[in-house]
Amino acid sequence: MAHIEKDSVSGQMTTGHEWDGIKELNTPLPKWWVWVFWATVIWSIGYWVVMPTWPTISDYSRGMLNYSSRANLGDDLKAQQASRAKFTAMLAATPLEEVSKNKDLLNFALTGGKIAFGENCSACHAAGGVGVAGAYPTLADDEWIWGGTLADIQQTISHGVRNEDPDSRQSEMPVFGTGDPLDKAQLDQLADYVVSLAAKAPAAGSPGEAIFVERCSACHAEDGSGTAALGAPALNNNLWLWKANAKQSNKDVVLAQVTAPKHGSMPTWAGRLDAATIKMLAIYVHSLGGGK
Amino acid sequence: MSIFKSHQKLETNVFLLAVGILLTVITGGLVEIVPLFTIESTIEKVEGVRPYTPLELAGRNIYIAEGCYLCHSQMVRPFKDEVERYGHYSLAAESKYDHPFQWGSKRTGPDLARVGGKYTDDWHTRHLVNPRDVVPESVMPGYPHLLRPLTFTDAEAHLKTLRAAGVPYTDEQIKNAKADLQQQADPTAGSDAAVVGRYPKAKVADFDGNPKVVSEMDAVVAYLQVLGTMVDFTTVKPESLRR
Repeated sequence: MAHIEKDSVSGQMTTGHEWDGIKELNTPLPKWWVWVFWATVIWSIGYWVVMPTWPTISDYSRGMLNYSSRANLGDDLKAQQASRAKFTAMLAATPLEEVSKNKDLLNFALTGGKIAFGENCSACHAAGGVGVAGAYPTLADDEWIWGGTLADIQQTISHGVRNEDPDSRQSEMPVFGTGDPLDKAQLDQLADYVVSLAAKAPAAGSPGEAIFVERCSACHAEDGSGTAALGAPALNNNLWLWKANAKQSNKDVVLAQVTAPKHGSMPTWAGRLDAATIKMLAIYVHSLGGGK
Repeated sequence: MSIFKSHQKLETNVFLLAVGILLTVITGGLVEIVPLFTIESTIEKVEGVRPYTPLELAGRNIYIAEGCYLCHSQMVRPFKDEVERYGHYSLAAESKYDHPFQWGSKRTGPDLARVGGKYTDDWHTRHLVNPRDVVPESVMPGYPHLLRPLTFTDAEAHLKTLRAAGVPYTDEQIKNAKADLQQQADPTAGSDAAVVGRYPKAKVADFDGNPKVVSEMDAVVAYLQVLGTMVDFTTVKPESLRR
């Protein structure tokens, strides 16, 4: 060690540098800090040896541990599948309708279904399947546009509604009132009848009923109970998909849908979700309150 | 200490100091630049990734201008919980035409790398106008101004600029940029439209529910609906993606 020069006023050591008689005080880093610094340098050399580090011309140094986050993920997923294997195998082997007979399996399906619903379905159908008024149907009541049996629900989830999937649910409500012999007065009568139908007091013998039977009953059925296979909703109840709020009058909602029909759509989930998840979802949705 | 003595020599000799600085900059530069020469080998060889259509690109530009990346990343990391939630982890190849890329782990909102096809166009439009209409607990701001008409007089210029950055847009794609942009938002064009020929599997739709105007909403929703959908992972062997 060289001689350490001390400043006579402060007693602090100097760097030994001198400018015009002024000497620079020196405050060196603490020893522990310097040692930790060198320890990290030595650690990094060890890291280069065992972990992937350096790029090479066409590849990179793989390191002795051959670490790969993607390979690790594969192992993690395999371990997870193995931990669920007992129930997923049972779920695959059990027909949809019979899952509820096995309490443990039902519990597994409902839990998995709830998680998948929260991530994938609740954006539109809302938590618990209550839906969005005027936009997305509620799944917690017994009104089903495309059928409420387990098999119907599974089919709807798998392929969706009115999308690019050729197996998706398809139907189109025709436009009435433009290029159609129904004039304004007739539309009015029809809307009045549908409103009376929904109030469960159908105006029998009214001119609106005649129009309904002639124009609408092929899909919505003569008593307004709808046809699930055609996605024609029941009109003989007070559940209105396209009514956004209580301020809208029922008649206006009917007139809007008859003259400028809205068509809901839903994405296809087969391909994005695996068959087991879709099965669990069908069971969960069926359990929300209105499953048939 | 001798090492500091010689350091003094380095600092007081201009020539030695210049040589020292040069060596330091060269070392730092090499460490940063050399990996770029090998970047091709880090991009997975997968089928299906194509440059964005002019409409998707316009939507992407709005996405960046509105600062969507401040809350939404576009990178599903190779972790079990992320893969379970969002789907297959993101590949470098999937963002090879992104300038700039949207990677990150900022998740104030959910990751959007695989949002394409997950929701309907109608949902995206409602959600962007006022997120609370469909997700009551959402903290996302509303973007109702996106319903204004899209300005796309510069559609060709955007494609040309990206070509200069290495995105393989063809002369034909650049020439038809404006027509392709309008056609993709025209629901009557159908799936055999010219834009689909130039950009395979492009989704042609009236994204915002208003067929009269090509709006900024059309562009943003078209962009969101293509995110993460280009690679068909049923045809990819997981082993080929190991890095």
